[in-house]
Amino acid sequence: MNKILLVAGVAASLNAFAATPQELLRQYEAQAKQENAAFAGFSAERGASFFRTERQHSNGKQVSCATCHTADPRNQGKTRANKVIEPLAPAANPQRFTDPAKVEKWFGRNCKDVQERACTTQEKGDFIQYLVNVK
Amino acid sequence: MKKWMQFLILIGSVTATGTLLASGGMEEGGGSSLPPVSNPKWKAECSSCHMLYHPGLLPERSWKKMMGGLDQHFGENASLDAQTTKEIEQFLAANSADRQTSRRSQRMVKSIPVDSAPLRISETKYFAAKHDEISAATFKRKSIGSAANCAACHKGAEQGNFSESQVKIPR
Repeated sequence: MNKILLVAGVAASLNAFAATPQELLRQYEAQAKQENAAFAGFSAERGASFFRTERQHSNGKQVSCATCHTADPRNQGKTRANKVIEPLAPAANPQRFTDPAKVEKWFGRNCKDVQERACTTQEKGDFIQYLVNVK
Repeated sequence: MKKWMQFLILIGSVTATGTLLASGGMEEGGGSSLPPVSNPKWKAECSSCHMLYHPGLLPERSWKKMMGGLDQHFGENASLDAQTTKEIEQFLAANSADRQTSRRSQRMVKSIPVDSAPLRISETKYFAAKHDEISAATFKRKSIGSAANCAACHKGAEQGNFSESQVKIPR
């Protein structure tokens, strides 16, 4: 029950207004601290490695975030259905990481597609930290 | 009226009718174009990964099955929250091929066995019959990708226009 309340609270706080990627990062940071007393901050290097590292999906294919988003997050990517994906890096696409609900929606989908599990708050924060640092 | 005037009027009206028929204006009884439809959530959610498919391209039972399996949507997770899912499903159902008067939707519905609910438009008999002259290699061209990419050749696809005169197959 406490866990449910915590999740609901975090979801509510994430839904709160966040106009910038930095604000979003602070929200994930607060969440990470609550989940893990030993939390030691987000790392752009870990995020970069998470972004590029391929793993074997149970469908036999090698997949990573970069499979669709390309290795350079300043570039446009392409979905399997041939649709352009606008760049992930805020430096190239200022709309990124400004809408918490959208961010959670895509983590929810893509973590399951690539990792075949949900991402941890640590992973989400590392990922955003990396992308925010890309100039 | 003088005989020669009657003759001129007759010629004129025959020519006008011919031009109208040739332009496709009266082709296919109820109209071949699917009617314009809109719903902001449908538009936003159903076109972030692929082209926007008009609801009039599949029957209601197909859309219901589609919306009930978004977590495994053609091999990808396309889950939506419950409220958005419901709203989009209702919109798709209300504008599905079995609710349309356009000739194209009606032919599509007729080509699908009543006990089946295809998820891929390209797997229907209607689609196959309409594309029998297109080779598998053509669909695989880089500029097209697959048969799911209607808009590669039918530039008005998202608006429901699949008129043959508008088709342009990219190299």
